[in-house]
Amino acid sequence: MRSTWHSATIVETRAETPHSVRMTLAVPTWPGSEPGSHLDVRLTAPDGYQASRSYSVASSSPWGHVVLAIDELPDGEVSPFLVNEARPGDTLEVHGPLGSYFVWRPGQNDRPVQLIAGGSGVVPLYAMAVAHDLAEDTTPFQLLYSVRTPADAFFAAELTELAGPSFQVTHVYTRQAPTGWPGTVGRLTRDTLAASTIPPSERPRVYVCGSTGFAETVATWLLDLGHSTTDILTERFGGL
Amino acid sequence: MPFATRGFSGRRGQADTRVPPGQTMVEKWPVLSAGPTPQVETRDWELTVQDETGTDHRWSWDELHALGVEDITVDIHCVTHWSKLGMAWRGVSLDKILANVRSEHRYVMAHSYGGYTTNLPLEDLLDGKAWIATEAEGEPLDPEHGGPARLLVPHLYFWKSAKWVRGLTMMPDNDPGFWEQYGYHLYGDPWKEQRYR
Ligand SMILES: Cc1cc2nc3c(=O)[nH]c(=O)nc-3n(C[C@H](O)[C@H](O)[C@H](O)COP(=O)(O)OP(=O)(O)OC[C@H]3O[C@@H](n4cnc5c(N)ncnc54)[C@H](O)[C@@H]3O)c2cc1C
Repeated sequence: MRSTWHSATIVETRAETPHSVRMTLAVPTWPGSEPGSHLDVRLTAPDGYQASRSYSVASSSPWGHVVLAIDELPDGEVSPFLVNEARPGDTLEVHGPLGSYFVWRPGQNDRPVQLIAGGSGVVPLYAMAVAHDLAEDTTPFQLLYSVRTPADAFFAAELTELAGPSFQVTHVYTRQAPTGWPGTVGRLTRDTLAASTIPPSERPRVYVCGSTGFAETVATWLLDLGHSTTDILTERFGGL
Repeated sequence: MPFATRGFSGRRGQADTRVPPGQTMVEKWPVLSAGPTPQVETRDWELTVQDETGTDHRWSWDELHALGVEDITVDIHCVTHWSKLGMAWRGVSLDKILANVRSEHRYVMAHSYGGYTTNLPLEDLLDGKAWIATEAEGEPLDPEHGGPARLLVPHLYFWKSAKWVRGLTMMPDNDPGFWEQYGYHLYGDPWKEQRYR
């Protein structure tokens, strides 16, 4: 597996939200990736010390541009470096694509798809929504996206753009909503989840992604609501 | 290796020879699983070991404990790059569980409540290397971490330590389990960084 580390050059960074970066990497040897998969980023210090972390692929192009979106965990080892220090021209290594479980493939089946994200957990789900759009797939897609404030939403403009008859986006704002927001502000509850997701009677495939606490809570509620274990796919980003 | 990322120095003071390559030491205990967490009551819990004759050997929760619970202190290594050192566990050695199971087969598929599976060579479960663990850090194992009981095979990446374990099936070939079918390594030695194939 040593040989499968690709060298990558940062070609663009920009603020995704106040605490995160959208980073485009040029990875000439990138073999392509399925929507939902991730890669490992490896950073090496001058003395050979290395640190690796997993990041979901937001998008990748045939010419080897790979887009990541990285949220800063203030006490973290890797994410503050990527968010605050890394800049175009810098090099790092990536390994992947990884994970062929938490993926959505166009045409795989015609069951509706419910995506549920907390914060940066939307990254792999965004990749699925893009693929769904590109494939002109008419499978009903819905995203329930929980963020602290409107400014904390990842891929906000893109998701608005993608929304349409076969892709519906619903937000939950836990701290502050946009002006004129008709809904309530606060943590996602089981009732909101029930009211704003595809019901179990339609047998959706449900993809849940976010911090471990978010994924645990949501997956448990989904079971309570009557979704079957085998229909719920989770990706836990870490933390509690 | 000439490669380095400009400006990266990383977090120091973590150099510990117990941490395998590519791993970072954590104090908290992260959770990773592919789907919802199954809730299994100990009164319903049962461990089944099936050999090639199709014979089932079964243990209830109390029967498992009657085999003798031991204290275990081990380091664990997750494929997602974290390691947790010196964890205190309690569980029953698989040597005791497999003592009366006769099999010619060299591999084992571990099965979990919830449908998860993982494959292991039989020899990696024997000679004091593996347990059915029911407690960690002085507490009953909570469901998120695989409770009521999980396999504990600390010398391999932690996805091999199947959470919510319910059974072991002897098998002639090294058939891939759940994550292994999705590209994870068939064996998973953290010291050789056998993460993916
Ligand atoms: C499959 C997968 C895909 C991922 N994709 C993304 C992605 O697309 N974008 C992204 O920003 N991150 C993603 N992550 C998380 C990422 O891998 C790192 O865990 C994260 O960037 C923190 O790394 P760090 O080195 O900064 O912090 P560390 O130094 O590793 O951790 C610092 C502390 O924060 C805790 N912690 C770790 N993660 C979280 C969390 N999510 N919430 C709260 N506390 C936490 C740790 O337990 C530790 O105590 C993904 C993780 C996985 C497993």
